[in-house]
Amino acid sequence: MSETSAAMQFINVGERTNVTGSAKFRKLIEANDYQAALSVARSQVENGAAIIDVNMDEGLLDSEKAMETFLNLIASEPDISRVPIMIDSSKWSVIEVGLKCVQGKSIVNSISMKEGEQAFMEQARKVLRYGAAVVVMAFDEQGQADTIERKVSICERAYELLTKEVGFPPEDIIFDPNIFAVATGIEEHNAYGIAFIEATRQIKQKMPLVHVSGGLSNLSFSFRGNETVRQAMHSVFLFHAIKAGMDMGIVNAGQLTLYDDIPKTLRDLVEDVILNRRDDATDRLLEAAADFKGEGGPKKSVKDLTWRKATVEERLTHSLVHGITDFIEEDTEEARAKAERPLHVIEGPLMAGMNVVGDLFGAGKMFLPQVVKSARVMKQAVAYLNPYMEAEKEAAGESLGKAAGKILMATVKGDVHDIGKNIVGVVLQCNNYEVIDLGVMVPASKIIETAKKENVDIVGLSGLITPSLDEMSFMASEMEREGMNCPLLIGGATTSRVHTAVKVAPNYSKSQAIHVLDASRAVGVVSQLLSPDTQVDYIANIKSEYEKVRTNYLAKEQKKKRISIGIARDNKFEINWQDYEPTKPGFFGPRAFENYDLSRLVPYIDWSPFFSTWELKGRYPAIFDDNKFGAEAKKLYDDAQQLLKRIVSEKWLTANAVIGFWPANSIGDDIELYTGEPRHTSLATLHTLRQQMARDPNRNRAHTALADFIAPKESKRDDYVGGFAVTTGIGEEQALEKYFDKTDDYGRIMFKALADRLAEAFAEHMHQRVRKEFWGYATDENLTGEELISENYKGIRPAPGYPAQPDHTEKETLWRLLDVKNKIGIKLTESYAMWPGSSVSGLYISHPESHYFGVGKVERDQVADYAKRKGFTLQEAERWLAPVLNYDPASSKNEPAKVA
Amino acid sequence: MKKIASYESLEKAALERILIIDGAMGTMIQLHKLEEKDYRADRFADWKQDVKGNNDLLVLTQPKIIQHIHELYLKAGADIIETNTFNAQVISMADYGMEEISHEINLEAAKLARAAADIWTRKTPDKPRFVAGAVGPTNRTASISPRVEDPGYRNTSFDELRQAYAEQVRGLIEGGVDIIMIETIFDTLNAKAAGFAVLEVFEEKDLELPIMISGTITDASGRTLSGQTAEAFWYSMRHLKPFSIGLNCALGASPMRPYLMDLSKIADVRISAYPNAGLPNAMGEYDEGPTDMADQIEPWAKDGIINLVGGCCGSTPDHIAQIAKQVSKYPPRKVPSIEPKMRLSGLEPFVHG
Repeated sequence: MSETSAAMQFINVGERTNVTGSAKFRKLIEANDYQAALSVARSQVENGAAIIDVNMDEGLLDSEKAMETFLNLIASEPDISRVPIMIDSSKWSVIEVGLKCVQGKSIVNSISMKEGEQAFMEQARKVLRYGAAVVVMAFDEQGQADTIERKVSICERAYELLTKEVGFPPEDIIFDPNIFAVATGIEEHNAYGIAFIEATRQIKQKMPLVHVSGGLSNLSFSFRGNETVRQAMHSVFLFHAIKAGMDMGIVNAGQLTLYDDIPKTLRDLVEDVILNRRDDATDRLLEAAADFKGEGGPKKSVKDLTWRKATVEERLTHSLVHGITDFIEEDTEEARAKAERPLHVIEGPLMAGMNVVGDLFGAGKMFLPQVVKSARVMKQAVAYLNPYMEAEKEAAGESLGKAAGKILMATVKGDVHDIGKNIVGVVLQCNNYEVIDLGVMVPASKIIETAKKENVDIVGLSGLITPSLDEMSFMASEMEREGMNCPLLIGGATTSRVHTAVKVAPNYSKSQAIHVLDASRAVGVVSQLLSPDTQVDYIANIKSEYEKVRTNYLAKEQKKKRISIGIARDNKFEINWQDYEPTKPGFFGPRAFENYDLSRLVPYIDWSPFFSTWELKGRYPAIFDDNKFGAEAKKLYDDAQQLLKRIVSEKWLTANAVIGFWPANSIGDDIELYTGEPRHTSLATLHTLRQQMARDPNRNRAHTALADFIAPKESKRDDYVGGFAVTTGIGEEQALEKYFDKTDDYGRIMFKALADRLAEAFAEHMHQRVRKEFWGYATDENLTGEELISENYKGIRPAPGYPAQPDHTEKETLWRLLDVKNKIGIKLTESYAMWPGSSVSGLYISHPESHYFGVGKVERDQVADYAKRKGFTLQEAERWLAPVLNYDPASSKNEPAKVA
Repeated sequence: MKKIASYESLEKAALERILIIDGAMGTMIQLHKLEEKDYRADRFADWKQDVKGNNDLLVLTQPKIIQHIHELYLKAGADIIETNTFNAQVISMADYGMEEISHEINLEAAKLARAAADIWTRKTPDKPRFVAGAVGPTNRTASISPRVEDPGYRNTSFDELRQAYAEQVRGLIEGGVDIIMIETIFDTLNAKAAGFAVLEVFEEKDLELPIMISGTITDASGRTLSGQTAEAFWYSMRHLKPFSIGLNCALGASPMRPYLMDLSKIADVRISAYPNAGLPNAMGEYDEGPTDMADQIEPWAKDGIINLVGGCCGSTPDHIAQIAKQVSKYPPRKVPSIEPKMRLSGLEPFVHG
């Protein structure tokens, strides 16, 4: 091996975390300042220590305790614990404590034959069983070896015992042939340097697999106070010892002077001492030493602090990502001074930094211990801000010290995994949330009871095993049943957004179940849920996102499993008709409303879809506060208002409606309409489709068809059904022609969007009048615009071609019944689209349990039956129902799955 | 110390072919849709707390189901079946207040698996079957604090784990297992405590069994939960001189490959792999079919990086049969000799020499 590669291979063992070698470190440990003690360890690693030596041998310390504490702390610092640890103590008990704290393969420093071969082998066996390498001091019953011969012979004897008796792998043995102080003035000491170097050479020759190590600080003991000379001595000594085969040394990695950087005169003087080249070497060095004091001193360790030059936001992110606490308060203060409110520092730059952490973790570029460290930095920043936030609250007269919110966490019944939950818990606590942790295997009843008693803001459930998924769905329905209304967070390895959206969220309509991908996302989710500024919007977004997820899931997944129509019918949506008296509508047959006053429709406009037309996502009116497109949305809205005023006042559009009611009863999946009372003559038949998705047989969910909401003929109840068609599209073409330039895309889209909104508003408005006056089954209804939009009223107005009745051809019957074309001028195209486009039509159903649903995919057996009922051929039915077929009509007959 | 009688035939079999480890126990138990009362049976009818989910308890309360599952795997071609004792350490049993019966569970679980294996060894004498005593990670971690604000805190200790593991291993050996399998290791310090306990018990009984070690890479960073790379993990466990080192659980087969390659290159012992049948889908089901899984595993055999292979969560006897079929045409990985060097580790490896 060449000299350079030998030097390059030399292992620096960091020595600064040694209470016997560093007074600074000793004081930190004595003062229990483990944070600062960790910084010492970290700087060793940053300065290139490949291994760090940890020594707590100090008379007044509880060394076992200090070793355990410090090593446990190091285990939580991935930038330190990435390197192996050298567990250094002269006390076996301290070493053993240390061995029980490290997951890596470490080095024990040291054992020796000081107390005889038996004790030596006993300790070596333990070291092997704990899985560590070992430093063996050249020390026997007679004492420490000082001559070449004794050093070598003791090492040879130890080697024999270790490899032959104990079974220790030779490559895991490190000999320390003792570096003693030289230049002490005592003549025998002069040969100590060369003795080590020569012994090293022989040991490596005789036992090539072993390593040789030594502690350097003793060597220059007599030059205490003269760092220049001491460093030069260490450097020169290493230069020669490494050439002889020394592999590793306990050195201050940050303070080694390069051999070539030592002034030549000093180097020669030192070399004479180390190599014992002349009798007066010590005197000459002593004489010259004073001249070098303080000169060309040890190089200062320089950290790369260029990141400090970045903006405060970038610096905060850097600190969070790298888990650095050194500057966090300073930077947090700077951000606070810039921010309007201290809370904004958390919500802004700090959360932005945590999001970066989350992304890196998700991408596998950070791993868990690092994320936990980031959380700790976050905590420190929040702790710094706390007094300011409290002062702010105090100024505002609010109560002091209130947590940002109270969160209950539990691992669900049947599951015992809680590591992830614990991490989420602490991350939340770091962010000033109060966390109540109920532990593992917590039954639903206990979670709900505690949540109520403690009046928590959020419930968080965790689970790792797959059966926990069902338990979470169950929890959601229990929370619903118990009338809870706080958000429910779902997390854990097997949970998913899809499962939460499909199986959990629908069970909990009183609030929202939200999937949290990993611990790093928890704070983001919780803060949005609890901030009055964001909560409504956030939940609305989640709701619509999950709705999409459900639709996609149903489309894909449910395609596989259908049950036969017969079984589905046996499980129809049951209504107790005997205890229900349907309200008779105010009139039968159609009634038209022409040239309806547009200004009456304006208050019924639902603006949120208007914004989504423009691909601006968000709920009206909160969308105006959106950081990204709030300003854009406001501008759009203002333009819309101006245009709307003109449309209304200048009557650009004509609004017409026709509604009608008929006596009706269901017969199977059809609804029969009668010409009048008594119900002798059939007027028309409305056909409906039934859900066929295979469902969990344990969960009692019906397979619904619209017909289920109408009293069946055999119930002997007189029930009714209504129908409607409204339009605000008459005049649309002419107005476009007249008022908009062909190239004015913005104006044209805006106008069409408003016409569509007005049609929807018209349908909403008429439905309300139907409920309150024309049918009059809800005369006492008193709903706000928002409640109308969220469909909080009784009864439904399902439209053909929409999920509850996917067959557009049903419009034909409606058109005939209401005489739509003649009365108000809406035509049906050959594919049953309405013209003009700004039109809405549908049925009115009044039963309070009636609700919107999706039929989903249907099977061949139902389609065949439906075709027969409609008078279609099978091919015709399949054509019109193509989007909802659960089979390929071209393929041969496939039976739906039989589900008992 | 004398070696267990079956040691030699296991080594011989491992020289001849890639050995097949069984598949998931939990997945098979789930199919039975057992309820609280089934978990309790008569003996624990009045137990003070719920025990549903305590799968290890089933060796006492539903032994027929467990033995049947063992036999299904043996029939599918498993050379090695694992006892149903993943959580049967006092530490994990404390969740159910069942610390006192953990020894009994291990003993009975080993007997059940032993009986099943012996039946099949008699049926196919040229293919002897082996029982591995499954030693899981417990639900605590010795090197990770459960409290972020107190990183030095631990909710268990090396000695507590060591004692819990020793008790488990005693039960397993007394029940007649051939192998000790320390598996699903997400914190290496737990596994080191388990290894320590295993060696102690061997000494106590003056009997040495082969040790199989299997870690778990939990996420995309390619690390164990406690932060070690695969190579660092091997260096931490190497002193146990195991029969095999490998990976199981967490990831499906494909994402496991790079870490198996790492181990295959540096480990001078056999390599084992028993991945999940893919990752659970959104509904918590594993939908990778037998062929899907076997197609991902076959290249490992073809490229000579494995000696033992099987399945973890989501795999079934069908998966195992298909894997056995597809790897049978390839010889086992040749165990390399690795240059002796000082191989240390923190979270990352450090090699010198």
